[in-house]
Amino acid sequence: MDMITLSEAQKKSRRGRNIALGLVLFGLVAAFYVVTLVKFSNGMAN
Amino acid sequence: MTIIDHHEANGPEAAVRLSEASARDFFELLKPRVMSLVVFTALAGMVLAPGHIHPFIGFIAILCIAVGAGASGALNMWYDADIDAVMTRTASRPIPAGKIRPEEALAFGLTLSAFSVCILGVVVNWLSAGLLAFTIFFYAVVYTMWLKRSTPQNIVIGGAAGAFPPMIGWACVTSGVAIESIVLFLITFLWTPSHFWALALFKMRDYGAVGVPMLPNVSGEATTKNQIVIYAVLTAIIGVVPTTLGFSSAVYGAFAAALGVGFIWYSVGVWRMPEGDEKMLPAKKLFAFSILYLFAIFSALMIDHLVATLWLTTGGAA
Repeated sequence: MDMITLSEAQKKSRRGRNIALGLVLFGLVAAFYVVTLVKFSNGMAN
Repeated sequence: MTIIDHHEANGPEAAVRLSEASARDFFELLKPRVMSLVVFTALAGMVLAPGHIHPFIGFIAILCIAVGAGASGALNMWYDADIDAVMTRTASRPIPAGKIRPEEALAFGLTLSAFSVCILGVVVNWLSAGLLAFTIFFYAVVYTMWLKRSTPQNIVIGGAAGAFPPMIGWACVTSGVAIESIVLFLITFLWTPSHFWALALFKMRDYGAVGVPMLPNVSGEATTKNQIVIYAVLTAIIGVVPTTLGFSSAVYGAFAAALGVGFIWYSVGVWRMPEGDEKMLPAKKLFAFSILYLFAIFSALMIDHLVATLWLTTGGAA
């Protein structure tokens, strides 16, 4: 099977994009978790 | 030629184009400087609105508004890549610089638009989400695709897109639109022409080279200078309206009036600038002052509101 060999620059930029995407996804999960807590606590308070 | 074209590949996969775009390049697509203004004015709308929003929900709302504004910036860069490549001010943007492919920018902009609107709707309310969706549509389609290349009034009408964030911030708290939020909208809306035409004056050749019909190129310097003064006067007037409507104090009114006089002063400086002035220093000064003006006005509105709230909470004169 033919394989593409990434250059160092391509590897570096892909790693950077993956880390950024990972951080964004983690941030979204954390944000939805806290939003759920806030919504539930407001609902219970009401 | 481009960074994207540069790759090492074995065998028949040689035609595959692999991106070297970094996360920072994608962040640049969001026009972070414009985004900071959007965040600031949206926050002002949220602070000034009557009622309460949970701080974390408010944070998510600001984040969604910022990402939505950034997404419309990415869509703008995707559509305008051809003229961005020619203009000195925009030639280093990620697409003309060859760091990001146009279709990547389009996908990025559309994805972020959908996410920001949906999350704002689910977490905050659907009126603010609808306003955000309309803002993105207005900037990306009405301004970028239609007005920008067809009329010298492009930034007057298109300026509405940059003026909506305080209304969205207000709607996040109240789930409604009020005369106060319309005044906040008008402050940025009436401020935009003087701000942008000052820039257009000293970047006239750039806009002329790409055929964008900015007012200085179409109607000439004299007409542009007159229009700058007219809009500066209108901006100064709308700046003090929060006091006349009673949702800001007289102290704010005096401060806004002083800033308004400054804005008119700098615009008159541009008006008096000789025709064909090469350096265009008065236009550059007005451009710089206009940015300061908007930040100062919205800062003053927020500080005034917070002081008034604190005064009432602590019992005021009692």
